[in-house]
Amino acid sequence: MSDATRVSSGQIGRSLPRVEARAKVTGAAEYIHNLRLPGMLYGKICRSTVPHGRILRIDASAAAAIPGVHRIVTAEDIRTVIAEPYYGPAFHDQPILAEGKVRHVGEPVAVVLATDPHIAEEAAQAIVVEYAPLPAVFDEIEAMNSAAIVHDILKPAGTFPDLKHLAGRSGTNVALDFHLRRGDTERAFAAAEHIFEHSFRTQQVMHTPLEPHVSLADAADGGVTIHSATQTPSFVRIEIARLLGWPENRVRVKTAFLGGGFGAKVYVKLEALAVALSLLARRPVKLALTMEEQFFTISKHASTFRIKSAVDGHGHITARQCQVFYNGGAYADIGPRVAQKSGFTATGPYDIPNVAIDSYEIYTNRPPAGALRGFGVPQLVWAYESHTDLIARALGRDPVEFRRRNLLRDGAPQATGTVMRDAAISAVLDRLAARLAWDQPFDRGAGTLKRGRGLAIGFKASISPTTSVATVAIAADGSCILYCGTVDMGQGSTTAMAQIAAEALGIEAEAVRVVAPDTDVTPYDMGTLGSRSLFHMGNAVRLAAQDARDKLAALAAETGVPPGANLPISEQFRRKYGMQAGTIVGAGSYIPAYAPPDSATGLTPNATPFWMVGGAGAEVEIDTETGRVRVLRLVNVADAGTPINPGIVETQLTGAAIMQLGFTLFEEMQFTDGQLRNPSLAEYKIPGIRDMPDRIEAETVDSAQQSGPYGAKGVGETGTFAVSPAIANAIEDAVGVRISELPITAEAVYRALRRAAGDQLEDL
Amino acid sequence: MTAPRTIHFTLNGAAVAATVMPHQSLVELLRERFDLFGARESCGQGLCGCCTVLVDGRAVSSCLYLAAFVDGAGVTTVEHLAADGDLDPVQEAFIETGAFQCGFCTPGFVLMTKQLLDEIPDPSDDDIRHYLSGNLCRCGAYPEIVAAVKLAARRQRGA
Ligand code: FES
Ligand code: FES
Repeated sequence: MSDATRVSSGQIGRSLPRVEARAKVTGAAEYIHNLRLPGMLYGKICRSTVPHGRILRIDASAAAAIPGVHRIVTAEDIRTVIAEPYYGPAFHDQPILAEGKVRHVGEPVAVVLATDPHIAEEAAQAIVVEYAPLPAVFDEIEAMNSAAIVHDILKPAGTFPDLKHLAGRSGTNVALDFHLRRGDTERAFAAAEHIFEHSFRTQQVMHTPLEPHVSLADAADGGVTIHSATQTPSFVRIEIARLLGWPENRVRVKTAFLGGGFGAKVYVKLEALAVALSLLARRPVKLALTMEEQFFTISKHASTFRIKSAVDGHGHITARQCQVFYNGGAYADIGPRVAQKSGFTATGPYDIPNVAIDSYEIYTNRPPAGALRGFGVPQLVWAYESHTDLIARALGRDPVEFRRRNLLRDGAPQATGTVMRDAAISAVLDRLAARLAWDQPFDRGAGTLKRGRGLAIGFKASISPTTSVATVAIAADGSCILYCGTVDMGQGSTTAMAQIAAEALGIEAEAVRVVAPDTDVTPYDMGTLGSRSLFHMGNAVRLAAQDARDKLAALAAETGVPPGANLPISEQFRRKYGMQAGTIVGAGSYIPAYAPPDSATGLTPNATPFWMVGGAGAEVEIDTETGRVRVLRLVNVADAGTPINPGIVETQLTGAAIMQLGFTLFEEMQFTDGQLRNPSLAEYKIPGIRDMPDRIEAETVDSAQQSGPYGAKGVGETGTFAVSPAIANAIEDAVGVRISELPITAEAVYRALRRAAGDQLEDL
Repeated sequence: MTAPRTIHFTLNGAAVAATVMPHQSLVELLRERFDLFGARESCGQGLCGCCTVLVDGRAVSSCLYLAAFVDGAGVTTVEHLAADGDLDPVQEAFIETGAFQCGFCTPGFVLMTKQLLDEIPDPSDDDIRHYLSGNLCRCGAYPEIVAAVKLAARRQRGA
């Protein structure tokens, strides 16, 4: 590439197509899914058939006798290469293969290695495992006080200082309890004019990335290379190095484009198993899950939220109590972080002087739950925005007016005590109301087709404190390479990071090449999760590009280029090195300020580097004869700061809203006695083109995140926040019934209608 | 797993032969034997459309389509559309409207759109939903996909 054209700016706010767009429409884009290595074996997993049980016997003789089987591997074998084979970001509670007992249906128990994946699969099914069933618990509330204990002893990972007090605890399923107290809720409730109390539930759902989990490990020459569809290459490197007792530099983690992630591919998933298998077989090993297996790998927390508010005679919320119970399944994964970080905002985007929050992460014998596009926040918004609407209705107040009256504004302290800054909550609500023409009359339908509308607004504290590091290299011809570990799983980070680097360098984004994450090449990044990358990595990229720009300026000065002279960069290199030679490297590292919550009060002056705000409005039509909900219009309004690439931001918002629409109306992992009944797209339905609302709209409000790169902040999760309660609120508006449990199926609505008519249907 | 057999078919315009196992699916054959990665196996059950290819001009789910069945047929994969270096108008429209995020589902949608526009040059919203209802996009790019189909249709009709 020749010298990039130097332009003064103009890269921010450009809706250029994704830089990899051509590769994606031609099918040429690289995914780990496509990767084969010479001499590679395929691993197929034999999984637990009981939700909780002691393993009595594993009989692999029939499997081993199948021609073409290379080897059968169990936990015992894993121990010969990894002394303490337990992993996890918050707790070291997850065995690479089940040891002694299994804790959920679908837990990996043994693996077959073969050169032919069909043979491996056939053999995995031929393994016979005998279990002695143990009492199991599946409901998060029951698990709080259950005789069935999922883990005999708690093993916090040490990564997070605030989990230390849980070390060694036994006889409990509570993996984290977070408590926040501000003001005097008891007094406020005693003095309240009105008190409202409700309980809401959400169901367990699955990320369903269309590229299922896949990892390859190639252990050779005292090191290991892991090719993985992971959102967190640096974390995988650190965790695998810890498991092996090796320095980080002997572990290399590479990714490509991800066929979707949504939080499913964070931290270690298949990587530790793949590494152990490769060490045992002394050959590269590929583990590629089927769609079905993903349901047993990671999911989104089911939850129960009990919420209680005190309201004075002027319609001000004076106190709010929140008890949130997250069903974490059998392994903690990042659940404790979900419980704590979401706990910060459980009272909603309202200015409430007295608050009490108790948030719990609870082990049960279900498949593990982790982070899914919102880190627990959509579960919270579902509850507090349904609750807020119920209060407004009960008081005979307009839902928008009631919210406005109580809204949290910049400069006011939020529940944690952190003072709000750069959170356009009011603007989001105003634009939402305007787009819905809230003050105008609304067509309420006719006959058995009733229409209603509703809105909701939620917010989230970004994950903190976390670090991103980036480097920018300028080659002797003036072309630019950006090294950053942010994983592009469809959110468009490659494009946005190129735009940020280009803006800082004064060149066109198209002239920047972004290197795919590879821990041997790209510097540390905490992970592509929690909508953190655009802010954290974006800042690091900007710093790196500015550093490179400063060094270019120094080169110009050194080579005697007069200021203002437009001498091509290649010429400056040539002047210095006498030929096309040399590299300029700019580095940037970013970690925002953060103050951990006080262990007694849960309060902190600095809970987050930035706030994400998302509002949704829905217009629905209910068929009162069937309960069917048709979403006619779905509007999303967000505070995304200053969008780097407005086109991509819009697709992020509508895409997230469509995903949440599935979680709202039909997606649900259904269990009988811990057995998942619907682990396939045939019975677990995700939104298709026919599920689209007639109209779907997205808008970002005018705002700027002062501390963000060029005013930007994260947006990947924002579109999910408020969709579910907006729809439930619209349903009540249409037909006067309140649904307090997700998903809102036609059956749920029909039952509620019959109940409201005093003609209740029998439970099945 | 019984005996392999040799089949002959046309792949992206070229005559090819392959030895296949009776249980082998078409998507497996395309990936393992011909290094064509545009068709991907996701659900493996004929429900997501990620593995869509054209057999004698008709879109099929190659995860369920046995390789042995393409003996004597013509198979077109997404790789063929821009074989001469120029993108197909459908591919261009997908780029211009931003009709994908992760891109994993995209080849399937592109091929299904090709079939739609071959059969109905001026599709209604309902036609679009009907033809594309067998393709899933977890990233939720449906609004942009609909826009892409309409743009490609307009261009192809020269309107
Ligand atoms: S993989 Fe073939 S339809 Fe899903
Ligand atoms: S673009 Fe990701 S699944 Fe469609």
